[in-house]
Amino acid sequence: CLCSDPPVVSGLAPQKLAGTRKNLERAWDGIMDESWDLTFAVVKAWFSVVVTFIMLPAMFGVSLGITELYMKILVKTLEQKRLQKQMTQGIIQRDDGSMEQEIGELRRCRPKSLAGGEFTLSDIFYFSRKGIESIVEDEVTQRFSSEELASWNLLTRTNNNFHYISLRLTVIWGLGVAIRYCILLPLRITLAAIGLSWLVIGTTLVGLLPSSRMKNWLSELVHLMCYRICARALSATIHYHNKENKPRKGGICVANHTSPIDVVILANDGCYAMVGQVHGGLMGVLQRSMVKSCPHVWFERSEMKDRHLVTTRLRNHVADKEKLPILIFPEGTCINNTSVMMFKKGSFEIGGRIYPVTIKYDPQFGDAFWNSGKYNMVSYLLRMMTSWAIVCNVWYLPAVERQEGEDAVHFANRVKSAIARQGGLEDLSWDGGLKRAKVKDTYKEQQQKKYSSMIVGEDSSD
Amino acid sequence: MIMFFSSPSDVKNNGHRRFFPYCHIILIPRGVSGHESGGITTFFARRFHHVTDHSCAIIMGSGDSTLSKIPNVEELMEETGFSPAHVVRLYERFQALDKSKKGQLSRKDFESIKELATNPIRDRIIGAFFAQGQEMVDFHTFVRILAHFRPVDKNRPKKANMQEPVNSRTSKLRFAFQLYDQDNDGKISRNELLQVLRTMLEMQVTDEQLESIADRTIQEADLDGDNAISFDEFRKSLEKVNIDHKMSIRFLR
Repeated sequence: CLCSDPPVVSGLAPQKLAGTRKNLERAWDGIMDESWDLTFAVVKAWFSVVVTFIMLPAMFGVSLGITELYMKILVKTLEQKRLQKQMTQGIIQRDDGSMEQEIGELRRCRPKSLAGGEFTLSDIFYFSRKGIESIVEDEVTQRFSSEELASWNLLTRTNNNFHYISLRLTVIWGLGVAIRYCILLPLRITLAAIGLSWLVIGTTLVGLLPSSRMKNWLSELVHLMCYRICARALSATIHYHNKENKPRKGGICVANHTSPIDVVILANDGCYAMVGQVHGGLMGVLQRSMVKSCPHVWFERSEMKDRHLVTTRLRNHVADKEKLPILIFPEGTCINNTSVMMFKKGSFEIGGRIYPVTIKYDPQFGDAFWNSGKYNMVSYLLRMMTSWAIVCNVWYLPAVERQEGEDAVHFANRVKSAIARQGGLEDLSWDGGLKRAKVKDTYKEQQQKKYSSMIVGEDSSD
Repeated sequence: MIMFFSSPSDVKNNGHRRFFPYCHIILIPRGVSGHESGGITTFFARRFHHVTDHSCAIIMGSGDSTLSKIPNVEELMEETGFSPAHVVRLYERFQALDKSKKGQLSRKDFESIKELATNPIRDRIIGAFFAQGQEMVDFHTFVRILAHFRPVDKNRPKKANMQEPVNSRTSKLRFAFQLYDQDNDGKISRNELLQVLRTMLEMQVTDEQLESIADRTIQEADLDGDNAISFDEFRKSLEKVNIDHKMSIRFLR
């Protein structure tokens, strides 16, 4: 204790202490400065790598082959036999017989004593079996959750049904986690940030120019560059097929919907006018700046309810042959890319040529489906950015137009079947809105009608 | 998944196990589940039986082994005849339907199945799961009711004083009978028949037509003249129907 020292020494000691303290402080500052310098140097190097090797080639549509190499390594790793597992098709096997067929079979066993349609006690077997089948497994609900994979792709999120295989695999998996979260994720976030800020800045700048062909050309260029950077931010590998059928100006482009990324996927190869609701926050900033350089169709929330207004505005846009083709997703909600659900007829009443497009993702590298009930937008984007890659195929189908006397619903179904067939997806007539809404009574009434015609048959006089 | 061996006396309590001096612990990343856990269990049980000198009870610990999460699963499988793989799939379905994670299903959970909403007798089918006065269905009841629709086991040995298997022809008929006989008095009365017809046909047929159909049906099936259909009369009138085929669901491997 210093207090116990003789006064002479105690007079000196505090000075010495102060001196040591000053030295320490100086040393500490020195370290801090150096580490700041180091950090800056690292960040600078990081940015130059990103810009040179990824962003610049992306902006000009040139590929350096890095992505291809990455994909090749990935495919080789995931192709290992040990990852394969038995395909789980489903829990039950369903009979596809119609109501008439099944109930007819049930009745055939009984002696028929009365003529005409009739009711038998065994009819209830059909309905109860159908009901229990629905309880065990139903066609609709499974479309609103992610697809099950045949073999594990080393992502934790997809391995619900796999059991432990080997230590080596665990090590590879751990390595995969490290790569995805520590290397790929920061890289992708940087790219996404650059891409989006470039979109805002670029479109605002272009918006300052007077209307001219130059402006349109520049605006298309800016949009394309930005979307290309965003696609790199997701490590998206897209294969476009049948490019001769690409949507042209004054038309409507219609596609199946799996995730918000669909927009980036399609806009990588062409320019579209987007349709949607006005949002606040970051989305709102993007929307406002995009509309400065070329006309998109943004609706206020109140306007969306007025269907007539919506149709008129879209019709006006389509009628102007100078404006870009509109991009619409008629399903209205995200489906898990194993099937195509009912197309809402509103988009098909506008008129104009429809250019159908099929988007099919390869689930092996990353599940692109947005389960909006389970994940919000931010966690969804994070999941996307920590997947291996997004691989998808885009098919442009030949343009179709509404035929004479064809009603919108029939037209919509025709387009839907074409899209489903091309992508190998199941064609369902269920409404995607069932994700959140209740089933309408009309479905039940249909069943009742069918059944009653069997019972009462020709007897019914009214 | 942590595997360790314990004495048979601990088997009964679910969850509390005591370490043995020779316990083998194998750590596996969380999130990897034991889907085929039934197979793995028997595999290890047979191999290590002589080593530990006790019958082994293997427990799957902190991993996602679904089969171990289900209480009394052996009893359930014995009673209903479902294989472990089926039980696991049904459990996953049960959990998928149980959106609020209560561990039990309410009527609302059943009503949220989209495809079921198109079935005219939806409410009766849902009602079959809920016993008198019950408001919730647990997993055991769920599986037991679904077991009615398993195909008939042709080779099941007939043991004396064994309970009627859940998926026998008689049990299936009884299930269908109870869909008609809502008040559980053992007879389908004219009124009950009218009610069923009304739910199945609703707006499509007039009241007179409904009544004439009901009268005709009772006339045909009623043998003892009490103007109602008992279970035996019900069974007799359907003796030629291939119940096994029509009231069974084919579960895949």
